[in-house]
Amino acid sequence: MGRESRGAAGHGAYPRVRPCGDTALTIEFGETIDPDLNAKVLALDAELTAHPVAGVLETVPTYRSLLVHIDPVIADPEALAADLLAMAANLPPTGEAVRRWRIPVVYGGAFGVDLADVAARHGLSPSALIDAHCAPVYRVYMIGFMPGFTYLGGLDPRLATPRRSDPRPLIPASSVIIGGAQAAISSIAGPSGWHLLGRTPVRPYHPGRDPAFLIASGDEIVFEPIAEDHWRVLDKAAAAGEPVADMVAS
Amino acid sequence: MLGPASVQDLGRVGQYRFGVGTSGAMDDIALRAGNILLGNDENAAGVEIAFAPFKLRFNADAAFALTGADGGAELNGRLLPPWWRACAHAGDILVLKAMSRGARSYLTVAGGIDVPLVLGSRSTQLRGEFGGFHGRALQPGDILPCDRSESPDDAGELGAEPADIALRQRTLASGARRIRVIIAGEYDRYDEAARQLFWHTDWRVTPQSNRYGYRLEGPPVQPIVPIEKRSHGIVPGVIQIPPNGQPIIQLRDAQTSGGYPKFATVVEADLWRIGQAGLGSRLRFEPISHQEALAAQAEVSVYLERLRASVRLQGEL
Repeated sequence: MGRESRGAAGHGAYPRVRPCGDTALTIEFGETIDPDLNAKVLALDAELTAHPVAGVLETVPTYRSLLVHIDPVIADPEALAADLLAMAANLPPTGEAVRRWRIPVVYGGAFGVDLADVAARHGLSPSALIDAHCAPVYRVYMIGFMPGFTYLGGLDPRLATPRRSDPRPLIPASSVIIGGAQAAISSIAGPSGWHLLGRTPVRPYHPGRDPAFLIASGDEIVFEPIAEDHWRVLDKAAAAGEPVADMVAS
Repeated sequence: MLGPASVQDLGRVGQYRFGVGTSGAMDDIALRAGNILLGNDENAAGVEIAFAPFKLRFNADAAFALTGADGGAELNGRLLPPWWRACAHAGDILVLKAMSRGARSYLTVAGGIDVPLVLGSRSTQLRGEFGGFHGRALQPGDILPCDRSESPDDAGELGAEPADIALRQRTLASGARRIRVIIAGEYDRYDEAARQLFWHTDWRVTPQSNRYGYRLEGPPVQPIVPIEKRSHGIVPGVIQIPPNGQPIIQLRDAQTSGGYPKFATVVEADLWRIGQAGLGSRLRFEPISHQEALAAQAEVSVYLERLRASVRLQGEL
């Protein structure tokens, strides 16, 4: 793509396509965290899966953009960009039923070391904070960052909490966390500046399980508080490869 | 130190959507060349070695190759040329004494390092702790399994033209490595002065550089107004500029998504040059067009094809 066409596009018009090196393109649908934008991303992703385009190797849905990995010898990026924009303008409604997962969580204490502080910060009792966190139906916007890390939208705006200025080098796997206006379920232990509210026995990623990855972009999540002794039972089952997250009617 | 030694093939594809990046050899050309010298599948797993001294003992007879950085390798005290295939006997000791001309050496063996395929690859996923050798970097005392079913016993010694010579770039007066890039998503959010600053700086590779990414040091490059981006997909080679103005090149073990603005992306044909850039070395970026990137990749293909042909020819003699 020439530098001229890039400059002419400005940054107000969506959808738009940007190069990402010589082996990938990004098609952007907007700038905000918005279920409609994310639905378009997923619809284009589904379209490219259903009708493969020569030279497209892999697609990666994110909040409001789709990353398209290409073999540049087969796919001409300029022509492909035009094709993607044409497809984006004529996306079929996705007929697929939404999957909704019920995710059991132990809140607070050693399972969610930041819960008391976050509640105090927002002038809520710990139980009011748990209620507020459990009330919404969350949308899975993307899986990214680390294997199986599940980014959620739909957090009660009252709970929005700036990320820690001092990120922790390691938080436990399967932590239920919030950062800014976002919520997430961590998958494997890793660094994080988000706040730990609780922990689920569910493994979003388990190498020995089929499927290894449980949750997909576009799925819905509801959280359900459970007691610590129940967590231990479910955790054992999850370690053995059980999903321990129930699929519930939406 | 740029990191430990680890088992890598050419990387894991098709798993980005689950948050799993490619991993794979930082210098894919060197790994391919080693496998070509041995008649292996070019995607066979080898050992990426990013430090010296490095020492190993062969527990069985094996043909092997060393490619990538010149490690000053000695087999039982006999100096081996760089980019070289040789045969070891059970009990032989291989030592890489010191890295010169590059930062990462690749040890490949006939048949490949025989670790299980995980999600389609033998590469080590360090963050996910899977793939490679038990999902971790190699430690003293580890015994690596080799697939000896296809091992050619009578392979003689053979050299390959090193990629850094065959694909040599004109050198810059400053001694910085020239790295070709394609401008990326947020380039238009920087004014001309910031752009020129980026293109005309010899960026220093800081000690916070490893397989996840290279953090660079130089004069801060700032956008016209601060940029707030939602997490989006990133690929190895993406150059992000966080608020401190110091660029980060995301590499093979990078997370699959990020939020910092993307200034440019290293072209596929030059990613291996980053893998061979050691701590303290300097990088100078040069914007090229997509057509020029294709031509650069074609040069790599020609080099590899020439190597395949010469190994075939040698095998027929």
